[in-house]
Amino acid sequence: MELNGARILLECLKREGVDVLFGYPGGAVIDIYDELPRHDIRHILVRHEQAAVHAADGFARASGKVGVCLVTSGPGATNTVTGIATAYADSIPLVVLTGQVPTPLIGNDAFQEVDIVGITRPCTKHNYLVKDVRDLARVLRQAFYLARSGRPGPVLVDLPKDVMQARTEFIWPEDVKMRSYNPTYRPNLNQLRRAVEALIEARRPLFFAGGGVVMSDASEELGWLARTLSIPVTSTLMGLGAFPGDDPLWLGMIGMHGTYAGNKAVNNADCIVAVGARFDDRVTGRLSAFASGARIIHIDIDPTSIRKNVQVDIPVVGDCRKALAGIREIATTRLAEKDWATAHEPWLTQVSTWRTEQPLTYVQNGTIKPQQVVETIFSITRGDAIVTTEVGQNQMWTAQFFTFRKPRTLLTSGGLGTMGYGFPAAIGAQFAFPDKLVIDMAGDGSIQMNIQELATAVCNKLPIKIVILNNGYLGMVRQWQELFYQRNYCSTCMEAQPDFVKLAEAYGAEGYRITEAGELESTLRAAFASPHTAVIDVRVEREENVYPMVPAGAALDEMLLV
Amino acid sequence: MRHVLSVLVENEPGVLSRVAGLFSGRGFNIESLNVAPTLEEGVSLMTISTSGEEQIIEQIVKQLRKLVTVIKVVDFIDVSAVEREMVMVKVQADDARRAEVLRIADIFRCKVVDVSLNDLTLEATGDHGKIQAILSLLARFGIKEIARTGTVAMRRSMQPENA
Ligand SMILES: Cc1ncc(C[n+]2csc(CCOP(=O)(O)OP(=O)(O)O)c2C)c(N)n1
Ligand SMILES: [Mg+2]
Repeated sequence: MELNGARILLECLKREGVDVLFGYPGGAVIDIYDELPRHDIRHILVRHEQAAVHAADGFARASGKVGVCLVTSGPGATNTVTGIATAYADSIPLVVLTGQVPTPLIGNDAFQEVDIVGITRPCTKHNYLVKDVRDLARVLRQAFYLARSGRPGPVLVDLPKDVMQARTEFIWPEDVKMRSYNPTYRPNLNQLRRAVEALIEARRPLFFAGGGVVMSDASEELGWLARTLSIPVTSTLMGLGAFPGDDPLWLGMIGMHGTYAGNKAVNNADCIVAVGARFDDRVTGRLSAFASGARIIHIDIDPTSIRKNVQVDIPVVGDCRKALAGIREIATTRLAEKDWATAHEPWLTQVSTWRTEQPLTYVQNGTIKPQQVVETIFSITRGDAIVTTEVGQNQMWTAQFFTFRKPRTLLTSGGLGTMGYGFPAAIGAQFAFPDKLVIDMAGDGSIQMNIQELATAVCNKLPIKIVILNNGYLGMVRQWQELFYQRNYCSTCMEAQPDFVKLAEAYGAEGYRITEAGELESTLRAAFASPHTAVIDVRVEREENVYPMVPAGAALDEMLLV
Repeated sequence: MRHVLSVLVENEPGVLSRVAGLFSGRGFNIESLNVAPTLEEGVSLMTISTSGEEQIIEQIVKQLRKLVTVIKVVDFIDVSAVEREMVMVKVQADDARRAEVLRIADIFRCKVVDVSLNDLTLEATGDHGKIQAILSLLARFGIKEIARTGTVAMRRSMQPENA
């Protein structure tokens, strides 16, 4: 039977397992919207296209599935760019569907025409312009396959209006063949043997987990290896939750705002197993001093990540879980060659000394400390929540003071650092897990970047909690100004702040305000118990700083401490 | 160090800008670029010459392989290959200098492809080094204009034992 492009699109989405779609309509996609009500796919109308992408991204991070969004041509498409770049930087599987002007008009500067394929080429894993309806099903099949396979990422498909209207026989391609795309999943056995050899020789080994551990569901393998071989574990921001934050082997996240123990451990280890991490500059500090005494084993599915920034002794290209499982298998046969616990005992003693010498801490003084807010939320929820963050100090305090124990419980824009990410991502996560408590840890600046999504949350009766660590500043930038620019607080003080409580109420959500430390726990409990979308405006100490801090360009162990 | 890369790509719209964008976006440098169809329908061959330290070249090769439309990348530094480029060069050659220009042309087996009272246009082919040598020898006569192709290269059928 012949179907039109719009119908074929929706049939394909269904077959790819899509049941929720975040979007915003317009002239170029009206045929798709016309078809939508006849399909068993839920469409969530956001209030800004950037939020559609972040919501799809939050859905993907929380669930491990591909997130999908749909927007119109021109401004609808350009509004997605920040969301796409955010997902690209963190390797999140998305399919972004954009409307396009009819093919005869492409290139004519038609109304609401932009070359979105050109614009997004550097921030998508791949993108397509579908010019013929007969290519549609194959392109969509490839788009989903590319998004979720190998190193995942966003894929954009541009859909001209006339292609959505044109008719053709619908044939679902059962499998995808692309001669130019063959990700390596299975690691080289020899490299794995060398890795085990290095671990046997090591006296001060360290696991360093990145987002790849979360993405490839490798937590169990990592946990087994760490415990069986008595190896402490650190991670990147993206790796939080990959290893339980309450395990005695856990040293905390490393990097610019990493823990003292974590950063010291990296620069004193003699063997580092980096798993699904890409050695971003926020993580390594000054490169020449990074892990200078260590043999580095680097496991990553993307060969370009290996030896990009850091010289590696044993590169392992492959899926993180398969690689760790392979190391486990080999290590199991060689366990007896070393008394692991005893051999690493001095090292474990050393790292735990660092941990007790300089734990993450803050000074209480009667005001509400932002760190205390995070700790209180952890204790109220017992960690049983999906936490998203905005960007800035709020993000770092959440990373430091919330004990993440499971993968996919922290959703944060690590690579791009996108303010305005957290709230729409929380919306996506709530759709993936309707019964879970979803909290956006926000800053007063960031939350205003996508505050309009309160309408989306209220309209869909989502019980999301937005906790604003309200310091009245673009706090992280203010911190840099304080420490490195002689307190020249230029344009970081947020004057004329809205009344967040009234604003929440205006949207039909609940608003709470906390100004005294004494009310913190009770008000948070009340807000969390409510079945409604709630905004909790917490007035925190205004000029609190995030510590430890490794100044840009300094070595990881040159930390400013509390 | 100069490297010549052969990059086999799916011949679809945008593939050139994907490759060019990769170089410009990551600050890699393209010295020359040549694109042409191959015997296989839908497949084009790009020959890119570039230079950089080993680690940069390794990144370039890996990043190219990562592009979804790239089928295969070969770095000719790793194999024995024949390499050619072509140049057309218009040299000042009045009566006094003409004989000398022609002598150089002869030594390098250049062809004369256009003549006027004051200049000669020569066509030369050769590897990168030879073309550089011709141009530098002709420079003192005064080069008015050049048009130069990128490098093309082909793997030799007989490879040395260890290649
Ligand atoms: C879209 C965007 N614009 C600018 C920045 C630069 N930036 C990083 S943190 C920050 C301050 C964020 O302020 P707020 O949300 O109040 O968080 P706080 O640091 O105060 O917790 C800014 C402006 C960014 N990361 N993202
Ligand atoms: Mg703030």
